[in-house]
Amino acid sequence: MSAMSLRIALRALARNRVRSALTMLGVIIGVAAVIAMVAIGQGATESVKKQIASMGQNQLMIMPGSSSSGAVMFGSGTVQTLSPQDAAAIQRDCPSAEAVAVIVRTRAQVTFGDLNWAPATVQGCSPSYLDVRDWAVVEGENFTESDVKNAAQVCLIGQTIIDNLFASESPVGKRVRLKGLPFRIVGVLDRKGASTFGSDQDDVLLLPWTTCKKKLQGSTFNTVDQILVTAPTSAALKALEDEIRATLRANHHLQRDAGPEAMDDFTIRNMAELLSAMTATTTVMTSLLAAIASVSLLVGGIGIMNIMLVSVTERTREIGLRMAVGAGARDVLSQFLVEAVVLSGIGGLIGIGLGAGGAITVSRVAHWPAMVSPQAIVLAVLFSGAVGVIFGFYPAWRASRLDPIEALRYE
Amino acid sequence: MALIEIDDVWRIYAMGDVEVPALRGVSFHVEQGEFVVIMGSSGSGKSTLMSILGGLDRPTKGRYRLDGIDMAELSRAKLARVRNERIGFVFQSFNLLTRTSALENVELPLLYAHGTTRTERHARAKEALERVGLADRARHHPAQLSGGQQQRVAIARALVNKPAIVFADEPTGNLDSKVSTSLMALFQELNDAGITMVFVTHESDIAQYGKRKIVLRDGLIQSDEPIVDRTFAKVAASAAEAQP
Repeated sequence: MSAMSLRIALRALARNRVRSALTMLGVIIGVAAVIAMVAIGQGATESVKKQIASMGQNQLMIMPGSSSSGAVMFGSGTVQTLSPQDAAAIQRDCPSAEAVAVIVRTRAQVTFGDLNWAPATVQGCSPSYLDVRDWAVVEGENFTESDVKNAAQVCLIGQTIIDNLFASESPVGKRVRLKGLPFRIVGVLDRKGASTFGSDQDDVLLLPWTTCKKKLQGSTFNTVDQILVTAPTSAALKALEDEIRATLRANHHLQRDAGPEAMDDFTIRNMAELLSAMTATTTVMTSLLAAIASVSLLVGGIGIMNIMLVSVTERTREIGLRMAVGAGARDVLSQFLVEAVVLSGIGGLIGIGLGAGGAITVSRVAHWPAMVSPQAIVLAVLFSGAVGVIFGFYPAWRASRLDPIEALRYE
Repeated sequence: MALIEIDDVWRIYAMGDVEVPALRGVSFHVEQGEFVVIMGSSGSGKSTLMSILGGLDRPTKGRYRLDGIDMAELSRAKLARVRNERIGFVFQSFNLLTRTSALENVELPLLYAHGTTRTERHARAKEALERVGLADRARHHPAQLSGGQQQRVAIARALVNKPAIVFADEPTGNLDSKVSTSLMALFQELNDAGITMVFVTHESDIAQYGKRKIVLRDGLIQSDEPIVDRTFAKVAASAAEAQP
């Protein structure tokens, strides 16, 4: 019977092509909007994930914490409480730690020949920094532990510096000057692109942290600005955080439960938490966009109901005739219901095509990330089918309740 | 057993609090192969009687058996099945589906008959169109056909399920006399082939084509008698041709 209803409904729709097409338009726009919005939303989520991943996954960032004197708190980073010994202790005492890197930041002008450039980041670090950041050396090689020990005047440079200082020749082996001191370029870093926060991650110069501390900053203090630690899996991050906290507190001689004096003098920041926070934000945005787009799908559904009601009234005689020649109430109900579902279903399919095409076009032209997910498509198909059933039911029910005698006499 | 057995049928419409009886105890039998014409002025109850006979309506009280089926007791759905399988309808206003070919229009009742295949439906619709002389117009839409041809398509539609009986409600009401005559010839031909006909009309010259005339008045049968000097449409047509 359903195959027959489908045949009857398709014939009826084919008889009114323009009206069928216009009715579908509402659903087409609704579904296309939902698909495009969800695609753009999910694309944004994906790109946030990717960017955060490019900062280093499964990573903990340890920064010097606030210090206090009496009850007066000083801000975070007001004292240099982290030392290379802390890094060594973490490496030694924390079983969940995979790679540990220390960071010392400074600002410096780089000169090469008669060109000069001020990188956004001039950073002293351990060789393991590249492991922590999951960053590859595409040409030359990383500096070594012995370079750190000797405070060697070597450096790694990012792609942006190459673009600005080196025309076409390979920078590896060349000498650049920082604060008047000559540095040999030992390697070139892979391109990483912009960070989540929009800064250029390739505008970077890396050198051994000892060189940075002693030669560029001229400092005699034995402190570092930041320690980065990675765990083998994101699940291990929580355990790692606890281990690091215990290790650092022991190292800094902080007693348990000894009042504000003994509060952590460091802060541990979990990149996975940042990731989940950012993901949550974009997910909310996606849901919001989809919800707004759903309104247009709802309006499309009301359009279907409206047209179906008009259609039932207009075709009263046809319904009467169908009943006279033997259509039961169920046949009439299923015919009009199938008509509504076919309208919304075909509208849904066209909408998916338009929405996906639109999302991809926008992502190409405007360089927005867009991702058309199979779930969104399945959801759209189900949703548009449901729209047909829900909004088609009332007109179909009205049609099926018609009295054949009255219907045949209807002018 | 008669094809139609109708005994003391009443049909009372409730208009708010007032009850209006349209039929007030109508009884008659129709045998297989009859050609009954039901006449009466408007308000006489002939349309109501036709609706009940056609299984579109049920009597308020009384007995109605069609082909041995007790129609007064059937549910709406079962009545629809009976209409589909045993009854053919021809209406004054043709009631063809627009923008639909003659063949598809004729197929319509078969769509609601369970268990027919596509080829079977096609073959039977073609056969019915042949029977009314429109085999060459199967692909035409109603708008491309004359009034007489449209009514022939409607007759083919009534015949396609091989019904026990055909009900026609003023089938020539919208047609001129020449076309009417040729249509009546078709009805007489079908009747001669064994199809029972029940006609409603208010034109007495059309009534003369039947074999038996029932006149209704105020919901009651006023007269029920065989038609003398029956008109034969073929003879009438050739007589019209012969006139100068």
